[in-house]
Amino acid sequence: MRFTEEDVRRVARLSRLALEPKEIEGFQQDLSQILNLAQKLQAIDTTNVEPLAHPGSSSVFLRPDVVTETDQREAFQAVAPEVDRGLYLVPRVVE
Amino acid sequence: MNLSDLLNQGVTALSAALGRREVSAVEIATAYLDRIEQAQPELNAFITVDREHTLRDALTADSMRAASPTQSLAGIPIAQKDVFCAKGWRTTAGSHMLENFIAPYDSAVVQQLNKQGFVTLGRANMDEFAMGSSNENSYFGPVKNPWDLGRVPGGSSGGSAAAVAAGLAPAATGTDTGGSIRQPAAWCGISGIKPTYGRVSRFGMIAYASSLDQAGMFARSAQDLAILMDVISGHDPRDATSVDRKDSPCAKELDKDIRGLRVGIPKQWFGEGLSAGVKVVVESAIQELVMMGCECVEIDLPMSEQAIPAYYVIAPAEASSNLSRFDGVRFGHRAAQYKDLAELYERSRGEGFGPEVKRRILMGSYVLSHGYYDAYYLQAQRVRRLIANDFERAFTLCDVIAGPVAPTTAFPLGSFGADPVQMYLADLYTIPVNLAGLPALSIPAGFDAGMPVGLQLIGPWWQEARLLQTAHAFQTTTDWHTKRPALYSGLKP
Repeated sequence: MRFTEEDVRRVARLSRLALEPKEIEGFQQDLSQILNLAQKLQAIDTTNVEPLAHPGSSSVFLRPDVVTETDQREAFQAVAPEVDRGLYLVPRVVE
Repeated sequence: MNLSDLLNQGVTALSAALGRREVSAVEIATAYLDRIEQAQPELNAFITVDREHTLRDALTADSMRAASPTQSLAGIPIAQKDVFCAKGWRTTAGSHMLENFIAPYDSAVVQQLNKQGFVTLGRANMDEFAMGSSNENSYFGPVKNPWDLGRVPGGSSGGSAAAVAAGLAPAATGTDTGGSIRQPAAWCGISGIKPTYGRVSRFGMIAYASSLDQAGMFARSAQDLAILMDVISGHDPRDATSVDRKDSPCAKELDKDIRGLRVGIPKQWFGEGLSAGVKVVVESAIQELVMMGCECVEIDLPMSEQAIPAYYVIAPAEASSNLSRFDGVRFGHRAAQYKDLAELYERSRGEGFGPEVKRRILMGSYVLSHGYYDAYYLQAQRVRRLIANDFERAFTLCDVIAGPVAPTTAFPLGSFGADPVQMYLADLYTIPVNLAGLPALSIPAGFDAGMPVGLQLIGPWWQEARLLQTAHAFQTTTDWHTKRPALYSGLKP
């Protein structure tokens, strides 16, 4: 399979990535190559094989559902691009 | 021992000298900082150095020692891969996206090291978001290999490996998602370990592919690695995949006899694809193990050739999800111009990420998208299980697996500029280990045309101690790990 320009634009939209027009051609080629690599997997018989999501998935640890963290809003918002009175600012979403 | 010799030794020697009060943490830190300053213009191993911060930590370490003589590691300097959040330190992950990000908290690894009084020398350069095998994907420029400045140090933890190899730090942290500790360790002629998945907490480690990422260490010997492993290992409730079990300590059992150990040799790993020069070195290292009393058995890893295709589905899928947090709203780069929220996201990410990161995010979104999820993502996870099963079967026949780390030695800078996908193929001996979640290490095994070659040792889950015993025994009878690059033997002091 070969990535068309439209394929790249579609995954870029899904990824929320703005691409320069000159980047698109390069990604068409690279993604096609990676996909060719991935296509080798299709030849393998995996009937009755359970997907392995995590090497340690049989023992995922759950902690008690209690509050352990203190409020550090100011420290965390100190690294935000734009905040006002404890709120993160973004362009108007609802007109 | 004079200061210059001491700096070229490792953690063990520094700890002893500090214990005997021959030298202070401040003196050691100052001397390494001077070396870093001399080497930085050509090596570029660090992204951030903050002399004042480091010396403040060193002073604290000296008082820790004075107050409690049992703090045997207080004052040992360490370089931190720039992917571990460290409070008050700029933490960039090698990306323009985080160029101005000052971490508001400590990662678990940093926390554990700080608790013991380790002194951070600086933030080591790396491939952007740990994606790469050469360190050429760093926004802050490539790192050079201390053995040959025209070559790459390996990646993604290239700065960490180069710093230790050049004698700019006795140890460094790293992360290994597909070989990012073992391959640079091999190419820079030092020792590096990737622990079992779940042994070291990932809390505060900037995520690339969460089911594969594991923190580990670089040092000058297996003995030092064992000490460092004992500091960073352990259960952490803040990482849901951190495993709660009693770790067998590594340093205590280091001298255990390895005679009779069954060393598995994967027959698929010594054929086509492995360069002749590396093959000779790895085979003679295995011969050395035999002379020390180990027994070789051939093992079969038929699925390991599927590891690269499986990895380049699974890792990008996880990356596309993990990196969605960089939205230009809560932290990181925000575009200057946008007309609405969607454009704010798209432009901030388009400007903030470099080409390799974009490539993997795009690929990940593709394999997770409607209509492709089953065919690619789930199929890759099934193949992943088959790869893990191969290892499980092999470990019924052997105690450790030995083989190459990479098919060649370090390649010249710019070798794969036009063809990034070609570079992926060189990770064929390291990636299977991450997919299975096994512990593995790389130790210096010799040279091919003047460039270092590593020997990879892979163990069953949670058998780091056995790996380190084997590596330590090897380093007791060989001296490859003591070789230093000629270019950096003249650093002052």
